[in-house]
Amino acid sequence: MLGLNKKDTLLFWIVAGMALLAPFLLNPFPEGSSLAQMFNAGYPDLMQRFVIFGILVIGFNILFGLTGYLSFGHAAFLGIGSYSAVWMFKLVGMNVIPAILLAMIVSGIFALLIGYVSLRRSGIYFSILTLAIAQMCYNMAYSVLGNPASNFNLTNGETGLQLSLDDARVLGESVTADGALPVTNFFGLAMRSSYQMDVGGWLFTFNVGYYLSAIIMLISFYVSIRIFRSPFGMMLRAVKSNQQRMNYTGLNTRPYILAAFVISGIYAGLAGGLLSSMDPLAGAERMHWTASGEIVIMAILGGVGTLIGPVLGAGFNEYFKNILSKINDQVLHDWLAFMPDGIENAMVGFLHYFVGKGWHLTLGIMFMLVIIFLPGGLVEGGQRIANKFGRKKNSDETKQTPAE
Amino acid sequence: MGILEVKNVGKRFGGLQALSNVELSVKENTCHAIIGPNGAGKSTLLNCFVGKLMPDTGSVMFDGQSVLGRTPYEINQMGISRVFQTPEIFGDLNVLENMMIPIFAKRDGAFRMHAFENMLDEREVVEKAEHMLEEMGMADARNDHAASMSRGNKRRLEIAMCLSQEPRLLLLDEPTAGMARADTNNTIDLLKQIKEERDITIAIIEHDMHVVFSLADRITVLAQGTPLVEDDPENIKGHPKVREAYLGETQAV
Amino acid sequence: MDAIILQILNGLDKGSAYALIALGLTLIFGTLGVVNFAHGALFMIGAFCAVTLKKLLTLSYFVEDPTKTDFLGKPLKVATPYVQSWFGESAGAAMIDWAVPLAILFSIPVMIGIGFIMERGLIKHFYKRPHADQILVTFGLAIVLQELIKTFYGANPIPTPAPEVFRGSFDFGVMLGFDPNAIIYPYWRMVYFAFSAVIIGAVFAFLQFTTFGMVVRAGMADRETVGLLGINIDKRFTIMFGIAAAVAGMAGVMYAPINSPNYHMGMDFLVLSFVVVVVGGMGSLPGAVLAGFMLGILEAFASMNQIKAIIPGIDQIIIYLVAIIIILTRPRGLMGKKGVMEE
Repeated sequence: MLGLNKKDTLLFWIVAGMALLAPFLLNPFPEGSSLAQMFNAGYPDLMQRFVIFGILVIGFNILFGLTGYLSFGHAAFLGIGSYSAVWMFKLVGMNVIPAILLAMIVSGIFALLIGYVSLRRSGIYFSILTLAIAQMCYNMAYSVLGNPASNFNLTNGETGLQLSLDDARVLGESVTADGALPVTNFFGLAMRSSYQMDVGGWLFTFNVGYYLSAIIMLISFYVSIRIFRSPFGMMLRAVKSNQQRMNYTGLNTRPYILAAFVISGIYAGLAGGLLSSMDPLAGAERMHWTASGEIVIMAILGGVGTLIGPVLGAGFNEYFKNILSKINDQVLHDWLAFMPDGIENAMVGFLHYFVGKGWHLTLGIMFMLVIIFLPGGLVEGGQRIANKFGRKKNSDETKQTPAE
Repeated sequence: MGILEVKNVGKRFGGLQALSNVELSVKENTCHAIIGPNGAGKSTLLNCFVGKLMPDTGSVMFDGQSVLGRTPYEINQMGISRVFQTPEIFGDLNVLENMMIPIFAKRDGAFRMHAFENMLDEREVVEKAEHMLEEMGMADARNDHAASMSRGNKRRLEIAMCLSQEPRLLLLDEPTAGMARADTNNTIDLLKQIKEERDITIAIIEHDMHVVFSLADRITVLAQGTPLVEDDPENIKGHPKVREAYLGETQAV
Repeated sequence: MDAIILQILNGLDKGSAYALIALGLTLIFGTLGVVNFAHGALFMIGAFCAVTLKKLLTLSYFVEDPTKTDFLGKPLKVATPYVQSWFGESAGAAMIDWAVPLAILFSIPVMIGIGFIMERGLIKHFYKRPHADQILVTFGLAIVLQELIKTFYGANPIPTPAPEVFRGSFDFGVMLGFDPNAIIYPYWRMVYFAFSAVIIGAVFAFLQFTTFGMVVRAGMADRETVGLLGINIDKRFTIMFGIAAAVAGMAGVMYAPINSPNYHMGMDFLVLSFVVVVVGGMGSLPGAVLAGFMLGILEAFASMNQIKAIIPGIDQIIIYLVAIIIILTRPRGLMGKKGVMEE
């Protein structure tokens, strides 16, 4: 279908099914139950993050997974996309489509410039160059481009760029009839509006913003499959494998890598534009280099160079971040109530450091374990398990996590 | 006029004069060997042909055009393919994909943004690649991981990749270096077969006299960066200067 | 003139920190071939060694003083640090006052230990893996270390003052014959600069004049050959890793009074230190030191108001800008050697 082979078509439909049914899949427990509070993830903002970060990592994987060029500054494009989209909301109107398009164009231009400079060098130098340039963008967004006193306030510094009542919005209204800020919409359909469905004890929320993001994610995923399976994708894998042979085979490697860099930059810009579309606010912290690091982490967790890996990695990371930060000492006590008191208290005291505010630590440890023992990420883990049970179906790995 | 004309090439690395006054003419559809003891400058010379090194003096003309100052991929697009001393293939890709890349390069040039063309639609390239593999006796290996092949097979694949581009000049850099005897003989047979079946010019750099005398139509002996003598193989064998400079060490030939 | 000297001085303390971290990074890179993203964390742990020692020294016991009462009218509890009761009041107070310099002695074994554990326990297994994996695993380690520190010390910066005598500033301009108040410079920054100069000198002397250093230098140039000579180069490299960790740690200890230690200070310094290493030339020790000071001083100049008036925000980006220009024009950095990390 659509120019995909059988296996890829199946994969695409699995992802599509999970994305479209996510409000059900992520809410397996009845509303109000203690399990629901902990494990349900069917909330609009969380689901939006799943798919938007999915887009981001899918794009990153086209660069890192195929060419092996490790960019440590990809968050810059996310930030640039976010700012562009918010400017579109401020100046033109609240429809998200022009905002997303502008985000993609602007981040694409930046990716072209930054890529052109960074790709003069390869290997570790490339990583450090992207890191330095992204950090420079961050510093500029934070300080000189964000000085509220100057006429050239592009980013609004620490506060972050946000909508205000005196924005122009030439194609829309600056203020709604009741004096509030207008909301982002898709041709009139507000991003934040939701339909709620009550089934027995369950409550399912279908959010416009989520479905728009999910559909864009599926398009992005489809495009990424096509790129992976195209001659261009094969050339990118050849870059990773042996650049010398490529050069002596009559191929100019640099435009190939630059094209991959720009594509992945556009993906990141798209993700940034979507983030702003869901919540029209853009801050410099989105561009910080630790944010770039998190993109790398998500890609590695899922499985670099695989099709499904980025989606899994983004979902896994966001899902566990969400759960871990919700667990507190009381929850731990409840879970460990079956133990003798002394041991229970000791266990809670120990686990305390890994949950709640300590989720960074847990994810950091998990990330290290994956790199050390499972360089292929969740996909490799899934394959190992599948091989162990003698099943060869490649789709098995998609069942590894509850999140898509 | 030969297809490759090398005139007065000189190259200096710091205090070492690696090449001086190299004159060489490779005639079309011949196999021309460049031999010489270690450090004679054979590899340096080859690197001047393919754009890796820029000689200090002289000119290198391929089919009437200078190759100097061009990048390796431009030179390849002119019609020169190179086989490396240690086989350079795409280890992470499978054998068929390895074969397809040079065919794409030949068809589409140095860069083409074919991100949305579907591999399933590239029947022509796939068939050409499969045909080439068949010809080389590697059809069974088409789905193998290239890195996991034996050295002899990697060499065979590399040569096949170069040939699939239908180059006018094939450069071989010690193609049997580090190979077992059986692999060496297989490679010699393969090259002989290529020579006979195709209109192709081969320039070979070699250490192993057995290989050289099995293949070459013409031999240039390089010593200390300058050509000592250029002649037919029979004459080279008996040449006193060559014996002195080179063959003295390897009487076994 | 005095303004120029003032800016150079202002650049020295940051430059010293950059130079010390970059020196360690280069040592590790040159010997082990590993790009250590956790090196900033080592600097941060060093700073927390100072914090920890200060805490240990101020551990106190409480005695009720019946002569005084607190605001509730109960007898006041007077805290007396154990060190004061063990070593006498004045000696104890002096120890607490000198906690930061004392922490250097405390940090050396701690940092060497951490360095050994890191290298033997983790990084050793990554020598044969791709560079990207090395970057990623050390990056992960940096996150874990930083989060551990945050868990135990909290997220807020912890003020860790210098000894009493070094607090405050002195008029350096008068000493050089300028007008009074032209160049006012804090004592501790001077101490920091002198201290780093000593450390840098010691590292170079160690590499230059000891057999151990000679072997390490040879190993940096050509690891394989040295290995073939039957010298156990790995063991020496492990020790070098410990030394590099100790250098970063000491840089952190002494930096604590300049900037109150917080858990993310390592990450903040790390990016800049990488830039320093690249500008200096990957694998070149003198390059790292030179670039460290150069960039520190450039940054100080860029933060002058006169310069900022011409190019606003230049102080925020000058280091990156210089780095980008240098990498593009001199791919090997200022003093880089051929063949280091060139793929």
